[in-house]
Amino acid sequence: MGQFKTSYAKDMVIFPIRQDRIGVYLLLGFALVLLPLMMAFHVPPFRTDYFLLAILLPFLILSLAAIGVNILVGYCGQISLGSGAFMAIGAYMAYKFGTGISEIGLPPLPIVFAILLGGLSAAFFGVLFGLPSLRIKGLYLAVATLAAQFFFDWVFLRVKWFTNYAPSGSVSAPELKFFGYLVATPVEKYMVALIFVIVFALIAKNLVRGNIGRQWMAIRDMDIAAELMGIRPLVAKLSAFAVSSFIIGVAGALWAFLRLGTWEPLAFDINRSLELLFMVIIGGLGSILGSFLGAAFILIVPIFLTVLPAELGIPITTGTVSHLQNVIFGGMICCILIKEPLGFARLWQIGKEKLRMWPFPY
Amino acid sequence: MQELGSFLEVLISGLLAGVLYSLVALGFVLIFKASGVFNFAQGAMVLLAGLALVRALDFLTRLGFPGWLAIMLGFVFAALVMALCAFLVQRYVLGPLINQNALTMFMATIGATFVIEGVAQFVFGSEVYPLRLFPTDAWIAAEATFPGGILINKLDVWGGVIAGLLVIALALFFQYTKTGRALRAVADDHAAAQSVGIPIDWIWFVVWLVAGLVALVAAAIWGTKLGVQFSITFLALKALPVLIIGGFTSVPGAIIGGLIVGAGEKVAEVYLGPFIGGGIEYWFAYVLALAVLMVRPQGLYGEKIIERI
Repeated sequence: MGQFKTSYAKDMVIFPIRQDRIGVYLLLGFALVLLPLMMAFHVPPFRTDYFLLAILLPFLILSLAAIGVNILVGYCGQISLGSGAFMAIGAYMAYKFGTGISEIGLPPLPIVFAILLGGLSAAFFGVLFGLPSLRIKGLYLAVATLAAQFFFDWVFLRVKWFTNYAPSGSVSAPELKFFGYLVATPVEKYMVALIFVIVFALIAKNLVRGNIGRQWMAIRDMDIAAELMGIRPLVAKLSAFAVSSFIIGVAGALWAFLRLGTWEPLAFDINRSLELLFMVIIGGLGSILGSFLGAAFILIVPIFLTVLPAELGIPITTGTVSHLQNVIFGGMICCILIKEPLGFARLWQIGKEKLRMWPFPY
Repeated sequence: MQELGSFLEVLISGLLAGVLYSLVALGFVLIFKASGVFNFAQGAMVLLAGLALVRALDFLTRLGFPGWLAIMLGFVFAALVMALCAFLVQRYVLGPLINQNALTMFMATIGATFVIEGVAQFVFGSEVYPLRLFPTDAWIAAEATFPGGILINKLDVWGGVIAGLLVIALALFFQYTKTGRALRAVADDHAAAQSVGIPIDWIWFVVWLVAGLVALVAAAIWGTKLGVQFSITFLALKALPVLIIGGFTSVPGAIIGGLIVGAGEKVAEVYLGPFIGGGIEYWFAYVLALAVLMVRPQGLYGEKIIERI
């Protein structure tokens, strides 16, 4: 009985408990194999594309963005209200790279490279707007990131170069060819998003439990003390900004290409930033799992609010739904911050601990 | 002379618009001074106050109350709503979070923002409600000196006068009343203030109430200008750079910061806008704030930030 570790390496694996490991494999198997098969054979609730397009795809992409935000806010403790802007940078730069930049004679790049380059561009601007964080912190930094948000909103609206001089100001994704394979159906889009999410979640998980992740957490817990211990704030903070913006940028590109198809700057406004921040707070600051839980919660509440009254036959207007939604999100934020500052992820952990002792908790 | 005249016109309208930013920033400063909480919800409070005021006015006028009585009762009702809001926020959001770090409090006020916005629109409706409390026509001044004169909006002047009175009243309140002194004591040190017997719950309630009343004044002026509507909450976001520039802890700083932002963005829009594409009003204040942050993180009038381990 019991699971005992006999080496450091064994103690440090991502999922130290066997049940967790099995659970994750099952989940991955379901998401990667079973779900596409169910889609292919129209097994309910996957009979229509609705479930895939309106729930699973946004969930995956927003989880990815939330992971990015979580690295900055949850792990490194630098609050950011500008995540939407970095999603926008990822989306627009991926679009530029995907359609080719004629000014410098760059041909249209393959879509995967375009998305990754979009992420890199976001990382570059992330570092640029992260520079003030070396001098200012906390609330002041929040305002600095807000500056990024409003500035880029304006840039993508007014600078026509980014939209390839489209008269309407909205742009459409280039043809989604991944290594010669054309992605068009919802299932294919879902698979692409899933693969991106798995890869980046793994990378993020490994970063945060390694050297650099521990530096981030030291900076978060007390930056002056961390500096005295020999952690360079410059490296730690800017790397957090870079990694976080990179992931957010990739998520932005995926959101634009896979989910929206055609988009305009409004898709990445301040509300998107706040939504991402909410996901991270509700799901759990400083937890990769929390990013997924938070994204799921934020996505499910509006659907729940629309579907439930309809089922019960209560007439409810869309205005009311959005007000109720605001109240629920805001209330949840306050509740979580007061009762369980580490969010759903912590609740899940507590639940597991309780189960381990169950039924004799002594 | 023509150029100077139009420049003065832009500058004056900018300065007077800046006064209105200052009004919102003032609410932030009051709460920050007394509790160290950075109140993201100030904009939502302006919306709530505005909606309560305008809906009460509509209701009372429909019942046939005379104008002045309706306005007075409307203000009383809106003030009561703000008091209720202050009480609930203090009791259920900030009270339980006492002695937490500033970021947690900040995020809690973001949560409160959403709740207040949601409830306000749920209860009072979410359309654009016109509000007519002040004259909105324009004066033409200094016609003798400049051809065509300088156009000054009367509403902006009203805003300036009211903001000035408000600042004087607040200064007197902070300086000469017992509660005001207690407020300053709490601002210096929560624990020390508690240990000399200052009831911190009550003080926080008072300060949120005062901020709520400032929000009400701001709502009355902004509402007359733009109509009471949801976009009024974006004002709060405009007030953030004002704070950064003026300093988080200074009432005069909020006023000066507001004037700088108001004048700066109007002048920049008119004289810089044509070269780099219009609409720079949208982010100019933020970039200005960013520049100030790099040089002087505590703002023009803020207290120097000292950190200890």
